[in-house]
Amino acid sequence: MTAATLLPDPRLEGTLSVLAPDGSLLRPDLVPDDETLLSLYTGMRRARVFDDRAMVLQRQGKLGVYPCFGGMEATQVGAATALEHGDWVLPTYRGTALAMVRGMSLAHILLAWRGHPAGYQVDPELHILPFYIPIANQIPHTAGIALAEKRRGTGRVAMAFIGDGGTSEGDFHVGVNFAGAFGAPAIFVIENNGWAISTPTSVQTAAKNLASRAEGYGMPGVRVDGNDVLAMYHVTREAAERARRGEGPTLIEAITYRILPHTSSDDPGRYREETEAQAWKSGRDPGKRLRAYLESRGMWSEAQEQQVMQAMEAEIKAAMLLADQAPEILPEALLEHIYAEPLPEMLEQLEEIRALGALE
Amino acid sequence: MTATTERQAGQKSKTMTMVAAVNDALRIALERDDKVMLFGEDVGMGGVFRASDNLQTLYGEERVFNTPLSEAGIMGLAVGLGIAGEKPIAELQFAGFIYPALEQINAQMGRYRQRTQGNFPLSIVVRAPYGGGIHSPEMHADSPEGLVAAVPGVKIVIPSTPYDAKGLLLAAVDDPDPVFFFESIKLYRSVKGEVPEGHYTVPLGKARIAREGSDCTVLCYGGMVEVCLEAAAAAEGAGLSVEVVDLRSLVPLDLETIAASVQKTGRVVIVHEATRRMGFGAELSAIIAERYIEYLHAPIVRVTGWDAPYPPFTAAEHMYRPDAARVASGIRKVVEY
Repeated sequence: MTAATLLPDPRLEGTLSVLAPDGSLLRPDLVPDDETLLSLYTGMRRARVFDDRAMVLQRQGKLGVYPCFGGMEATQVGAATALEHGDWVLPTYRGTALAMVRGMSLAHILLAWRGHPAGYQVDPELHILPFYIPIANQIPHTAGIALAEKRRGTGRVAMAFIGDGGTSEGDFHVGVNFAGAFGAPAIFVIENNGWAISTPTSVQTAAKNLASRAEGYGMPGVRVDGNDVLAMYHVTREAAERARRGEGPTLIEAITYRILPHTSSDDPGRYREETEAQAWKSGRDPGKRLRAYLESRGMWSEAQEQQVMQAMEAEIKAAMLLADQAPEILPEALLEHIYAEPLPEMLEQLEEIRALGALE
Repeated sequence: MTATTERQAGQKSKTMTMVAAVNDALRIALERDDKVMLFGEDVGMGGVFRASDNLQTLYGEERVFNTPLSEAGIMGLAVGLGIAGEKPIAELQFAGFIYPALEQINAQMGRYRQRTQGNFPLSIVVRAPYGGGIHSPEMHADSPEGLVAAVPGVKIVIPSTPYDAKGLLLAAVDDPDPVFFFESIKLYRSVKGEVPEGHYTVPLGKARIAREGSDCTVLCYGGMVEVCLEAAAAAEGAGLSVEVVDLRSLVPLDLETIAASVQKTGRVVIVHEATRRMGFGAELSAIIAERYIEYLHAPIVRVTGWDAPYPPFTAAEHMYRPDAARVASGIRKVVEY
């Protein structure tokens, strides 16, 4: 399917777009500067290359279960790029692109998805928190972090991601309501990709518009085309500026599509026809969209494309080498960092583990 | 072995109730560290038990405040503030309201230090009035310490005297890990004691010998300590010397004090308000059986709430919550074996 024959998707009704799916410009007033445009594009390309490669590495047994995000990179790269250094990001498990933009090293990300303790040692300076596996738990945390920053008057904001399925959890309601009640500088991005594993959004809720829930929390709700990185960048930046001005939180619903399985362990063939996914994949790809626009302005060439791709491949290779050099995991890892100091019973259990090791 | 005391010589003291001692500790914690924040349902006006009385007036709405009505939110807010480096003291209005918050406690509060390999430790205190004995409505008299004790990464402290309440609470505030601080509702105003003015701490993980004895050991904490002391005094009349060990903290647990007492008496009664099945007494029984069984002259006896909810019909609560007569019966059982 080409962009020209692309049918309108009702899910996108009422969303902000800056670029049409074919890359033609709809909102000239919302185009960022050239440097930002290029960083958004390379951010998306790098993220997509990593995601493709991570799926291959998983099949080769070099990563554990991997939650892929390919096709949704605009939502994450646009939102993360819109923030400043020092702002906080609370990702879901599908937030690898957020982590990349925030500067988490690829070796670190690989180790995290390999299940190595070193991958969990998030650098506190980056203000990107670990990938949240439990659904929606990060939402009340975002209210707390944002409240702390408000109290200190730092001008920093806290941004959480959540899926459409996650909005059914109590913690979503609780956390967004807390942030609203406190007027905390928070941004909540619903990455609405249409699916919670096998459950479509239409089964998840009778609501057609998740952003409209914002009214119930006393904050603005914004719907945006999540595959349009420029739109995503714009609405997040506006939300961040609002928060910094002391005007409180914003709820953003980014409409995107999970063209891939839920994770490397999932088989969507068991629960959906791939026609819709194919339409999004071929007709609404976020990278192709921005590339078409950049090319129309003479800002991007095939040579530059190849350069980014090759650099990224090399970077992943180097990161894999680094990840492979991570230290062997010792039994101590199981009982370390539970408390500041291990309890006496835990030290005894450590001896027990070591004794078992000695028997082998 | 004598009762632990960390009180400094020359420190002036006042007679006060346990809830006043808690209030005093909270005031000192707010005074000492600007990072300390106090919040929960109705905390701003002093809380339903008046534990935070006057503190919003003294320290302002930014640091002492009401939250929306959600225990999961209060726990999640505390985690978020802790991530950002603040020192939250969160109140669950009643420990029986903890259930919607268990995911934040188990999946987040207890795991954050490990999940970030020590880079985001959470120094949080969660205060929760617990237990029965005052004819409170359904869900207002629960003792969920055993549920929380099953969560790695959090500590549990339960004071039984005004002195300990203040000293342990101030130690909990200084502690680098999340600490659950369960306060017996029954004891809030029914006990008074000497409490030093100013700051002092009682270390976590140190039990207190509330009464020395040689014939049998009674392990207890919080609201059950006075009940056990009453039973021990009655037993003395029957010629029995009962040692009452006030555990003060369940996590970390003072194994040394437990060991010394069990080795001395060889007979153990464990008392708590929570259900017998998977109550903290189950853990204590297992620990004693695993480590000190050769010292035991009789099977361990547990005097606890029954394996049923704390009764919603509170006119029956005196038959659920252990009293001195039931503890005395447990003591006789273990001594006469």
